[in-house]
Amino acid sequence: MAAWGKSNRQSADEAKERLKLVLIHDRTDLSQDELSTMKNELLAVISRHVEIDPELVKISMSHDGREQKLTADIPLKTSHRRKIG
Amino acid sequence: MAATVVTITSGKGGVGKTTTTANLAVALAEDGFKVVCIDGDIGLRNLDVVLGLENRIVYDLVDIVENRCRIRQAMIRDKRLEELYLIPAAQTRDKSAVSPSDMIRVCDELRNEVDYIIIDSPAGIERGFRNTIAPADVILVVTNPEVSAVRDADRIIGLVEAEEKGPAKLIINRVNPGLTKRGDMLTPEDVVELLAIELIGVIPDDENVVISTNRGQPVALDPKSKTGQAFKNIAKRIQGQTVPFLQLDDKGDFLSRMAGLFKQGGD
Repeated sequence: MAAWGKSNRQSADEAKERLKLVLIHDRTDLSQDELSTMKNELLAVISRHVEIDPELVKISMSHDGREQKLTADIPLKTSHRRKIG
Repeated sequence: MAATVVTITSGKGGVGKTTTTANLAVALAEDGFKVVCIDGDIGLRNLDVVLGLENRIVYDLVDIVENRCRIRQAMIRDKRLEELYLIPAAQTRDKSAVSPSDMIRVCDELRNEVDYIIIDSPAGIERGFRNTIAPADVILVVTNPEVSAVRDADRIIGLVEAEEKGPAKLIINRVNPGLTKRGDMLTPEDVVELLAIELIGVIPDDENVVISTNRGQPVALDPKSKTGQAFKNIAKRIQGQTVPFLQLDDKGDFLSRMAGLFKQGGD
């Protein structure tokens, strides 16, 4: 995310960060708002089955070459882990 | 002979497509190949003036397509290089005068006559762009190290993939080593990382390009020009040769890193 506070931040770094976000949107046709709506909907579905801590959930877009990937890291609450055997 | 059709495109206007087309055509002709370049920008022709051939136009691409002349009659032979020809665009018509299948037909007729067909694409993603990528075997996307040009290049790369004409290769034009060093210009590495396609050339920002364009003498004709050399290197890479990336800067650092990054042989 852009660190707007830093005054000595070099403009090329800003250009790169901004482009990363813009290209994700252009390639997937998904805005930041739509991404967060989708995230909330995903969490609602998952919460119906297992207990999760919404604060720890990370859902993000990344790319591998020109392939876009949606990565979700959703830790489950440990207290509800089933005992084995 | 079976020609390779190379299309030069970019999305954004003003990034150096026509200059790149002219210089690659010159460089390939200097290497002894028979080269035809085609101006695909119907209505806004420019490749003729960049090559210095504007006074010799009789027939153009639309005349060929509409059967008013034979392809040979519309091929203007360059005075400086034996085997370099230009097929100019029509100036008084628009993109709809030519279709993708017309371009394929014209190129197919030329394929047995020449070694390389280099097509200059118009800016934009409409009909003119589709016309010029239809016959292409190789697509080179030209960009500059700045946000709007990189964004448009990404869009074009996606469209080329969607047309199953990919993967396109990348030319980064107008790299300013001073600005890059200061951290105020995206480096070639940054651009390659963002666009995630193979790099085929890096061209420095050079005022001599303005001067050479004023004169209609592409820099690749000047044996002493470093920018001309950068274009000649791309021409060699098009031929399948491995050529190390030039150091743009006399103290050179970022481009030697580039050479390492892409392992194009050499240092």
